[in-house]
Amino acid sequence: MLGITEEFHNNWVTLQINGEIDMATGPELRQRIVQYVQDGHMNIVLDLTNVDFVDSTGLGVLIGGLKRTRSHGGDLRCIGLTEPLKEMFKLTGLDTVLTQEDK
Amino acid sequence: MTSGITLEIPAKAEYLSLVRAVVVSAAALDPAVEDQRLEDLRLAVSEATTNAIRSHANLGSEERITIRCGLTDDRIEVEVQDRGPGFNPEKLEPAGPLDQPGRLSYEGGFGIPLMRVLADEIKINSADEGTTVQLVVYTPPATDSPSAPSP
Repeated sequence: MLGITEEFHNNWVTLQINGEIDMATGPELRQRIVQYVQDGHMNIVLDLTNVDFVDSTGLGVLIGGLKRTRSHGGDLRCIGLTEPLKEMFKLTGLDTVLTQEDK
Repeated sequence: MTSGITLEIPAKAEYLSLVRAVVVSAAALDPAVEDQRLEDLRLAVSEATTNAIRSHANLGSEERITIRCGLTDDRIEVEVQDRGPGFNPEKLEPAGPLDQPGRLSYEGGFGIPLMRVLADEIKINSADEGTTVQLVVYTPPATDSPSAPSP
């Protein structure tokens, strides 16, 4: 079960996510990102402060979101990464293509 | 000394978090295991179980996935066994780095490379009737209890 709350600021939408992103919950996040882009919100920030686990399925969702937003002239960024997530991003090379910022 | 647990789950994604929690809790029974190694194990087991669930996509829901976790003095061994159609692990082509042109168009290809990095040993035995992935994480030797004070 994934908790997602949204906040709009200028032309960015920030999604605060609570839970784990894996094969069970990833499709829900993927669908939300697809919907935002369809609705014209191409700049998305994922606040992962309360996400303590992402596996390769979750990684695929982030990559899909990155591709989708950028292909529409926007971007997808992540903030609030915990240490295990930073490590995972480094291991997979996601840190080389996805903008991460501290909160 | 060996101790361990066995889990049998339906091939459904909603059981993944249960598998992670149970295996990591079992591994944490060894107080010598560092938190970072538990995180490595959590992710590696999740990847192996995710692949097992995917392999059951065309099987009936009665077919179960078995996860065994054993603790010995120097290692944690986890085995994930599915009954899906097998594959040849030698023929898996690396997906390439993410900053490679066009790589973002393919969202998969991370599971087995991640397991290879996270586990100290990995064995994949795959045949037509199923696949078994064995993951091993080494644990530090238990510290000896303090010796009795000299008289």
